[in-house]
Amino acid sequence: MANNAALFNYILRLADTNLILGHRLSEWSGHAPYLEEDIALTNVALDLIGQANSLLIYAAKVEGKGRTEDDLAYMRNEREYYNSLLSEQPNGDFAQTIVRQFLADNFDVLLYESLSKSTDETLAALAAKGLKEATYHLRHSKAWVERLGDGTEESHTRTQNALNQLWRFTGDMFAMNQDDKELAKAGIAVDLGKIQSTWLKNVEQLFVKVKLSIPAEAWQQSGSREAKHSELLGFLLAEMQHLHRTYPEAKW
Amino acid sequence: MSKDTQGILWEVFVQSKPGQPHRHCGSVHAHDRELALQNARDVYTRRNEGTNLWVVPSNYIVSSSPEDIGPFFEPANDKIYRHPTFYIIPEGITHM
Repeated sequence: MANNAALFNYILRLADTNLILGHRLSEWSGHAPYLEEDIALTNVALDLIGQANSLLIYAAKVEGKGRTEDDLAYMRNEREYYNSLLSEQPNGDFAQTIVRQFLADNFDVLLYESLSKSTDETLAALAAKGLKEATYHLRHSKAWVERLGDGTEESHTRTQNALNQLWRFTGDMFAMNQDDKELAKAGIAVDLGKIQSTWLKNVEQLFVKVKLSIPAEAWQQSGSREAKHSELLGFLLAEMQHLHRTYPEAKW
Repeated sequence: MSKDTQGILWEVFVQSKPGQPHRHCGSVHAHDRELALQNARDVYTRRNEGTNLWVVPSNYIVSSSPEDIGPFFEPANDKIYRHPTFYIIPEGITHM
């Protein structure tokens, strides 16, 4: 293969975003507003962690250095993680979790639609499977954005605050480095520039409907493509990796 | 007691295969039809149990009450001729 390192890095980006967002959602387990939503959020978390698992298995194979998916998940530090900045943002209140999820689900659906046509057969197959899950996740987060945005004055205010807080991290999802561009040219990776306008149109459509406004400030935080994160990721990884690093041979 | 903010109760019916009847499997809370359907999906079909779902607001279910047991159901006990046990079923018929 022409550029194994580039492909390895690209798969890590896909896997890490799912893993970190899945971990964030799992933090709701036992704390969601009511039982049914607790199960709904942890279902989404499990789907995302499942996708991350499959992708990390593939990443380990592509890397070919004998590392396993667990090594990749539990033994990398934050400067070796390529998850989107959006995925690591804290749960905040329920509105913030839902807005984060809605922005991410819209992205995932478009990403997987496009990636399911990848010339890389493994990525295409994983994307086709992920697309079904992402389609349901979007149905769920969209239903909640509609209801919170169009609900009471308090739910509307909280949802608008969440959007104000999270919008600056959305541009980072579409960042591409030179390797990504070459992988896209080869038909392996998704050309994210091509899905960005559709993504914007889709999220804007719902926000307009429920009278939420996208923040006017144009500034966008970037960095995840260079594994540059906020301090939030370190705390998350500390919790996620603690058990494995303390008891490397632990099995269940 | 604090006010219940979970929404109303809905009864959930899952169809396990196309053509099979929908079976009652439990209930969920939700504020409206779409979220009732999604909650039912998440709570009752996570392990590949279903191909179709019904949710019905619980207050739309009309139920007989425990006191009705006598007049409703006991008269059936001694009418053995209502059961098709007096027919000879030809060999080879498996689903009767």
